[in-house]
Amino acid sequence: MTSNVNIGLTNVGPETHPLTWRYTKAGKAVVEIKEYEAMEGYAALKKAVTMQPTDIQAQVKAANLRGRGGAGFPTGVKWSLIPMGADAGQKYLVCNADEMEPGTFKDRMLMEELPHQMVESMVLAAYAIGATKGYIFLRGEYVLAGERLNAAIDQAKAAGYIGENILGSGFNFELHVHLGAGRYICGEETALINCLEGRRANPRTKPPFPQQAGAWGRPTIVNNVETLMNVPAILLRGADWFKGLSQGKSTDSGTKMYGISGKAKITGLWELPIGTSCRELLYTLGGGMADGLGLMCWLPGGASTDFLMDEHLDLPMDFDTIAKAGSRMGTALITVIDDKQNILSVVRNLEQFFSRESCGWCTPCRDGLPWTVKLMESIEAGEGQEGDIETLHQLTRFLGPGKTFCAHAPGAMEPLQSALKFFPEEFKKGIVQKGIKA
Amino acid sequence: MLTANSSQTIATDRGAPFVLTASERESIEHAMHHYADPRAATIDALKIVQANHRWVPDGAITAIADVLGVSAADVEGVATFYNRIYRKPVGRHVIAVCDSTSCFLMGFDQLYGALQQKLAISPGQTTPDDRFTLLPIVCLGACDKAPVLMINDTTHFNVTAENIDSLLEQYK
Amino acid sequence: MATIHVDGKTYEVDGSNNLLEACLTLGLDIPYFCWHPALGSVGACRQCAVKQFADENDTRGRLVMSCMTPANDKTFIAIKDEEAKSFRKSVVEWLMTNHPHDCPVCAEGGHCHLQDMTVMTGHNTRRYRFTKRTHINQDLGPFVNHEMNRCIACYRCVRYYDDYAGGKDFGVFGSRDNVYFGRPEEGDLESEFSGNLTEVCPTGVFTDKTHADHYTRKWDMQFAPSVCQNCSVGCNTSPGERYGEIRRVENRYNGSVNHYFLCDRGRFGYGFVNRKDRPIAPRLAASNQTFTIDSALDKAAELLRGAKRVVGIGSPRASLETNFALADLVGKGNFSYGVAADEQALNSLVHKVLSQGNVTTPSLRDIEKSDAVLVLGEDITQTAPRIALAVRQSAKTIALAMAAEKKIPEWNAEPIKNIVQSQKSPVFIASVDATRLDDIAAATSRASAADIARLGFAVAHIIDANSPAVDGLNSADAERAQTIANGLLAAEKPLVISGTGLKSQAVIQAAANIAYALKTRNKNVGIALTLLESNSLGTALLDTQGGESVEAILTAVRDGKADVLVIVENDLYQRAPAKLVDAALKAAKVVLVLDHQTTATSEHASLLLPASSFAEGDGTLVNMEGRAQRFFQVFDAAYYNPANLIREGWRWLHALKATLDNKGVDWSRLDDVTAQLASSSVSLASIGAAAPGAKMRIHGLKIARESSRYSGRTSMRANLSVHEPRASQDQDSALSYSMEGASGPTNDSQLIPFAWAPGWNSPQAWNKFQVEVGGQVRAGDLGVRLIEAAASAQYFTQVPASVSVLQSAPLYHLYGSDEQSARAEVVATRVPSRYVAVSTSDALKLALTDGQNAEVSVGDTHFVAPVKISAELAVGVIGIPVLAGLPKVLSGLTVSLRGSV
Ligand SMILES: Cc1cc2nc3c(=O)[nH]c(=O)nc-3n(C[C@H](O)[C@H](O)[C@H](O)COP(=O)(O)O)c2cc1C
Ligand code: SF4
Ligand code: FES
Repeated sequence: MTSNVNIGLTNVGPETHPLTWRYTKAGKAVVEIKEYEAMEGYAALKKAVTMQPTDIQAQVKAANLRGRGGAGFPTGVKWSLIPMGADAGQKYLVCNADEMEPGTFKDRMLMEELPHQMVESMVLAAYAIGATKGYIFLRGEYVLAGERLNAAIDQAKAAGYIGENILGSGFNFELHVHLGAGRYICGEETALINCLEGRRANPRTKPPFPQQAGAWGRPTIVNNVETLMNVPAILLRGADWFKGLSQGKSTDSGTKMYGISGKAKITGLWELPIGTSCRELLYTLGGGMADGLGLMCWLPGGASTDFLMDEHLDLPMDFDTIAKAGSRMGTALITVIDDKQNILSVVRNLEQFFSRESCGWCTPCRDGLPWTVKLMESIEAGEGQEGDIETLHQLTRFLGPGKTFCAHAPGAMEPLQSALKFFPEEFKKGIVQKGIKA
Repeated sequence: MLTANSSQTIATDRGAPFVLTASERESIEHAMHHYADPRAATIDALKIVQANHRWVPDGAITAIADVLGVSAADVEGVATFYNRIYRKPVGRHVIAVCDSTSCFLMGFDQLYGALQQKLAISPGQTTPDDRFTLLPIVCLGACDKAPVLMINDTTHFNVTAENIDSLLEQYK
Repeated sequence: MATIHVDGKTYEVDGSNNLLEACLTLGLDIPYFCWHPALGSVGACRQCAVKQFADENDTRGRLVMSCMTPANDKTFIAIKDEEAKSFRKSVVEWLMTNHPHDCPVCAEGGHCHLQDMTVMTGHNTRRYRFTKRTHINQDLGPFVNHEMNRCIACYRCVRYYDDYAGGKDFGVFGSRDNVYFGRPEEGDLESEFSGNLTEVCPTGVFTDKTHADHYTRKWDMQFAPSVCQNCSVGCNTSPGERYGEIRRVENRYNGSVNHYFLCDRGRFGYGFVNRKDRPIAPRLAASNQTFTIDSALDKAAELLRGAKRVVGIGSPRASLETNFALADLVGKGNFSYGVAADEQALNSLVHKVLSQGNVTTPSLRDIEKSDAVLVLGEDITQTAPRIALAVRQSAKTIALAMAAEKKIPEWNAEPIKNIVQSQKSPVFIASVDATRLDDIAAATSRASAADIARLGFAVAHIIDANSPAVDGLNSADAERAQTIANGLLAAEKPLVISGTGLKSQAVIQAAANIAYALKTRNKNVGIALTLLESNSLGTALLDTQGGESVEAILTAVRDGKADVLVIVENDLYQRAPAKLVDAALKAAKVVLVLDHQTTATSEHASLLLPASSFAEGDGTLVNMEGRAQRFFQVFDAAYYNPANLIREGWRWLHALKATLDNKGVDWSRLDDVTAQLASSSVSLASIGAAAPGAKMRIHGLKIARESSRYSGRTSMRANLSVHEPRASQDQDSALSYSMEGASGPTNDSQLIPFAWAPGWNSPQAWNKFQVEVGGQVRAGDLGVRLIEAAASAQYFTQVPASVSVLQSAPLYHLYGSDEQSARAEVVATRVPSRYVAVSTSDALKLALTDGQNAEVSVGDTHFVAPVKISAELAVGVIGIPVLAGLPKVLSGLTVSLRGSV
């Protein structure tokens, strides 16, 4: 009942697979602290507490670790924005483990199979930013991950990795798993903070950014599970090593959890050098599309990314390249849409998701998305009217970046705008001239 | 129910007085200590009550508000925001079927249709024998094993219209 | 200051604002919904989008929300940009996808911000063809109607009700396009300020329920600048009239006083004006004969002529002019301004503290800026509610300071809230019973009036050892005093609030001492003292010319030392023991009553003259701050009904005096009276400046009381005559009874009868009348402050002793303790029934149970009332509510009570 990771490369070890090597090596989840410790577990933390927090920040910055939550913001830069020093007061570290982006299933696996690695990453990152309290904001549906994380926290506490004066460093850290109660928007970092505070998960105004005023108004760092879980290895092996992991496939550093869902022969999750192409992923590791099916288009990294086509298969999957191709790498877990699907239905399904998951705070998102859904349903049913496509186009523009309160609606518009671009004829087919059904 | 077309509701009357059990109260107070402000335990508290009652009865809103020292309006605001807090009674088992992209591509429609037919209820409804409530849910983070659904706290993978019978049998 | 560039033009603006505020201040229109000048920006509605450019060379630009963008120096924006215009139009289109298009049947129509913004953005064709979401509404009580389908989810209501007004029973529920604004369960809105929802909500979700059963469109109502008559705060109001009835009261913006908000008593307590039992013609009791004005005056003169001695009782709810005219008629030594001796002493004490003390009393707006507040004794939510709302804002001054540290501007509402969380600037409350401000209090203490005073004296003594010490203070109180003193001393702008409500001079004196002491520590301290009625302080100012108490006058009449009693706008049964009133009324040869209400007293009138309420007359009131404010006649009652002979009290009284003296009338206009008033008293010398005189004109025009769309004029009197008469003429003010004249922002005067500007029909139009958004009215806020603090002050030295026997304290109710508003039918539904409050431990001692009838003796009055056991009431205090039918008591009287069988 746990996720399984498909390993694409033969030589799996800490040097090549900083995220998943322990799991592969053990052949199962590494949930006991002894087992974890036997595999370099908490070694990075032991090293970290001998270092200056700002030096750790510098190393993460030098490694050019970019956020794996979808936006790719450089983690070291984010950390360096948090006030340091004796008078900085209470600070928080929050791990974004609210994974709900459709097509994304990497954080679940990482936490279920490697809970101690998550815990060590938290303590380490907290030390680096001077946070004495941390929360793993876990979506409520990840029951197993919750159990394993809590068990790991208890073990880590008993072993002195969490609590007062950790490893004699004078550093204190308290860690809790905070369970969500649903709603995709909680993944947006400021909505997440509101949820953590026991409020409605409406996103917050930025600026101030969480680093300045986050949880309970205090400086807060929010990072994705995968982002944080890279940090121990960076500390142990250094920034240059991490940069080299991409094997020249990308200017981005490290490995990335890639995945496939949809009607491919093999679906699953792989830790690969960042910059691996979709073709390699889908056709080498995924075995191509299921029998009898062709590829119509694909989502590079979740529901909130623009569709890409065949012609994009060879692009290295990294933040900048995919952005240049008109989409976003997002979570880098691709969803393949086979050629037997009706693209209108797929888009309608996507928009239904976003519409239902809107928090209801800003007008374009709250009221624009349901309209989008209704237009899509109408067109899908062949009842679209003249002007509907123009209205959809207008919605994609006006629900775009900067125009809504947060990135939820712009995310929703990405699949729609790209579908309108790549499949205009499909949309036209759904339009009844002058609203009279043919 | 105040909203005519929704599954999220807020109550029009509070019904019988609700009292938190000692253990519920204790769990809530324990959760409060995890945060800088008791308010943060609102979701925990709602879940604690829900774990015992399957849903959050009307009176629990005020009871929780009192323990946390926040207003009932705030607690209700939170309770009705999150889709995993039920403000209407649900059956013994809640079936949450993922309707997001990958599951959709892998046959969600058929699965959902089959479930509705088998249970003879529409989404949001509970079977007359109080056994099952059927709801949609966002991506459950197991897209490689789609279609996926969750019954209570357990996720089931690769569920198809064909294998739902044996699955539902496990839930009495 | 900052230079910004808007649509190619250059402007100088205050750089601390956001672009929306800056542009509105410049007179440039940008549509908006979620922003409100008193609530700040949250960027939710996205209506206020403009195009911002990086610099003058940037031609692409990007859309930004003007409410969320600081008006920094060298900002380049375009409001008229095509993309911005089209986006703004789309925002309304989205909002309309769920809005019911029910303007014709919506109470908001015609003063609806949503309508205005829809027109402004040019959204005029519906493309959305699908179903709309619908909601079920709640019964929110007698004041506010709920129609959720009209909601555009701007979140203003919840931000106002919860964040601004501290409400606990209102919230936002649900999510996505199914958000619901209301109570967690159906029932009366608990906030004393719920009515502001009707103005805060930009559409018709929350509307005035009291308006509904005599509904009139805004454009069909006649308005005048008015002042609330229901307490001593003096909030400015804009009452709307049609067919001789007040249909609705809305907030009238005054940047120094109430700015955007009223309390519910002020907004919904107007019904006494519309009562059918109001006297409208002079009536002689003996013959039940009615009179014309002239014959009534002759009759009154005849009754007065043979008098041995004429005495007069005025009223603290009547205008200065009316009280003055009465004093003028009856002469010095024969006049009372209408309160009992104890209350008169309290009112004089307040006047003394404000004028002979060296601490300035803040305007209501200034109260909001205090960074530490002590409320000593007074239950301000019940007696001066709008002050309580201001104190709530003062508790947020710490938030502004914390935000400033993080460079977050004051208008950026959500981050400020997130940063401050539950921290508050200190508010200390000492009261006899629980108050509705306790939730924001840093510390509360419950004690008897004497002990509250002792606590206050002790605080003062800690702050300045030269102020008198308190002997035998218990250690708990000593500790409390220290906490309060520390809190006040830590502040830059501390404020002490007290009032006459507790009817204890010692409490007011203690409050004064604290303020004086803080002054010696060079604090920018303020003192605010509330009084009980709309003109209590005004009449106290008249009192400097001498005046008797109600009891003194009544005793004189009873004892045959006076035989003619003139009573003006006062029900004496509310002022003095019934026995004394009965005896005096019986002994008097003539009882001449002028009132706009039928009261127990007016029933005894030999001759009753119909006086005007605020709605049919002009006059001046002095609020608790010493601000003289003029209210103006809203409508001419005789226009609809020539038999209606209502006149201002001062007009009747002066004409009567002229008749008696066989002289012509000197005061034909209000300005004549105020001029006379000003010359009569040093303290009232500047009274003329309270409002512009009758001669004021705007570009040669009077100011219109009616909107230019006012309809039905030609037919509204058709039941009397099909010939439309000339509009009534107003000699007393620069206002006209018609739609002719200046209206809207071109009316650059202080006299603004109603909020309207071209394209702005809702109360949001106020922004068009201000120097800057949320600031002063352009011509200056209406009213003139009459009292200045003195250079030095003397401490009060009489520290009361602690009392150990059961003692009285008056308890106030927003609805019921004010006699006038309680006459409004809708308010009457909220008046509690009589009771006597006993603390839990005293109830135990006295073997009293909740609800049981008790026989109560206070001094020499006795009554029976059901016991209400109050957990928060100070031990040893018996709370006697100020409600009709119960005796009005001082604090500290010995009480005995026992359960009756
Ligand atoms: C609508 C929305 C949903 C999001 N959901 C998630 C999520 O589930 N998990 C996540 O890590 N980040 C999510 N993000 C991104 C976060 O806001 C944030 O950028 C991220 O947690 C930062 O971590 P990183 O820098 O380590 O990537 C979401 C963003 C948006 C706008
Ligand atoms: S009820 Fe009115 S104020 Fe509240 S969100 Fe809706 S439109 Fe805005
Ligand atoms: S007024 Fe600016 S976003 Fe609402």
